[in-house]
Amino acid sequence: MSEIKKKAQAAVNKPARYGPDIDLEKYSTEAPEYPQKDLKEIDILDLETLLNAGVDITGSGRSGSFVQVDRSVIHTSQTDEGIEVLPTRKALEIYPWLEEYMWKLVPVDQDKFTARAALEFQNGYFIRALPGAVSTLPVQACLYLKSKNINQNVHNIVIAEEGSEIHIITGCATDSPEVQGLHVGISEFYVKKNAKISFTMIHNWAENIAVRPRSAYSIEEGGVFLNNYVCLNPVESLQLYPTAYLSGKGAVARFNSILLARPGTHMDVGSKAVLSGRGARCEMIARALSTGGEIVSRGLMVGETEGVKGHLECRGMILKGDGRIYAIPELDGKVEGVDLSHEAAVGKIAREEVEYLMARGLSEDEAVATIVRGFMRVDIEGIPDVLKEQIDRAIKLSESSLM
Amino acid sequence: MLLEIENLSVSVEGKELLKDVNLSLDKGETRMLFGENGSGKTSLLMAIMGLGNYRIESGRIIFKGKDITNLPPYERAKMGIGIMFQRPPTIRGLKVRQILDLIRHDGSNPEELAAQLNFTQFLDRDLNLGFSGGELKRAELLQLMAQDPDLVLLDEPESGVDLVNISLIGEAIRKLLQKDLHRKREKAGLIITHSGFILDYVEADKGCVLVNKTIWCTGNPHEILEGIRKNGYEGCLTCQR
Repeated sequence: MSEIKKKAQAAVNKPARYGPDIDLEKYSTEAPEYPQKDLKEIDILDLETLLNAGVDITGSGRSGSFVQVDRSVIHTSQTDEGIEVLPTRKALEIYPWLEEYMWKLVPVDQDKFTARAALEFQNGYFIRALPGAVSTLPVQACLYLKSKNINQNVHNIVIAEEGSEIHIITGCATDSPEVQGLHVGISEFYVKKNAKISFTMIHNWAENIAVRPRSAYSIEEGGVFLNNYVCLNPVESLQLYPTAYLSGKGAVARFNSILLARPGTHMDVGSKAVLSGRGARCEMIARALSTGGEIVSRGLMVGETEGVKGHLECRGMILKGDGRIYAIPELDGKVEGVDLSHEAAVGKIAREEVEYLMARGLSEDEAVATIVRGFMRVDIEGIPDVLKEQIDRAIKLSESSLM
Repeated sequence: MLLEIENLSVSVEGKELLKDVNLSLDKGETRMLFGENGSGKTSLLMAIMGLGNYRIESGRIIFKGKDITNLPPYERAKMGIGIMFQRPPTIRGLKVRQILDLIRHDGSNPEELAAQLNFTQFLDRDLNLGFSGGELKRAELLQLMAQDPDLVLLDEPESGVDLVNISLIGEAIRKLLQKDLHRKREKAGLIITHSGFILDYVEADKGCVLVNKTIWCTGNPHEILEGIRKNGYEGCLTCQR
């Protein structure tokens, strides 16, 4: 038995540090095998749902595509020579060196979910930008749950080689609101010297889906990592707390998250950044909106080297109902000369702002909608317009549930 | 008459702020509203717009012949009343360009209006976020120009504005009030001023003073301002009404 498997075995019952515990026995890793398909021939998925999660089935305006349903990768394609898109299993066959990138950033024995992903490894995506390759069109990856009670375990590896630039949009979705399932996703991203990755993830799960992503990102000298996370649809339980290691000189990371919790939804979402490279910078911005659900919004910045700079901002708004927003910003300066700051605010919609807009001729409902839309709109820089449009689209779709 | 206020008494949380206010404004008329701090000037503007948790105890407000006393603010705005706030709130994520698109009347062009106010570089900024005193006023005026109301309520348009900005703002107010038209002028304005500086830029037909929660007198705005400068608001009380 490999060292990885041994460690995983030892952690199979280890609960996660955050979020409600989940009984893994409730879910099955058994699922039918779905055949490979051309993107245009994909007919087993709900196309509207896919589009809402940012996956364009025509593949137009994308430099590559990946679709996994339950445990089957049904499609991979690439149109840009500098970009590789493969199922992780296949990539491991082609590139023996890839083993070195597996479980390097995420500890396999972190909790029972990482253990499960190692012991019941199904597939996932491998995306790589070759040295110097710059692709302005995004690669799209879709992870889809279809079978009843399915436990999907994916392991994704993304590598931006030196001087490359890649944009990825991941849409996660499910077939119908009735599907019960558990999605465990391990993601390890490597931003090499002077490379850039933007990663936009739109979660479009359903009331009965539990989600436990486990992600970590390594950012080398001059590297830039932009992470945008949008979850505006119902989900039973979501807990994620990725870590960015900014170990290179001048490494930059920016996290934006936009969250909406409706009644019955529990989210425990945050990010952690370890700033150890000279002049490393990080910014985390979270917008949490509750219409009756619960959101724990975490953020931790660790300053390990003089001259690093980080800022964390969390704004929460409880729009109605018995919602709860629990913001936990944390700063950990370990040496002299770090510059870390945070601001957090949780409140209700300001009457003064509503009246201001009403005085301009907007009805009360229009005024509230306008303010909430603004609240969720984060200025996201450095990503292609098509991805900004996808994020705006997701926000627009969620608006009807706000009133 | 464009606006008629009859015996208006207003309170907030049981405290009387305005008592038996009578005021009428013609089409095309510009009126200055003087009064010391806390005299109820802003409350009067808020009551005309229908804002705040003000309670109308008695009296009524007639606009364009219609009783608007109980109408919500957005109905009043749609009928042609616009207000410039003294301290407008910040609305994060709402760009200046977006609010203009939401409120502008047909035919107005946000780009052109912004250029007139030297405000083009602010169109893609969050509304009022980090704006200086002069920028806040310009953002307010820009919205009013986009709305193009028939009655403009201005709450201390010159406060917190430097000398460079004040002529720009004065010019914008003149435009809003059609000051360059003489015979066919339709737009009316009710302008709160403390210092009276705005009178150097915008000619007013009349002035009135709010003292003891009510309109004490109405007359030539320059004479009223001069009287206040000499004798203070206490002087107004000794003045025969």
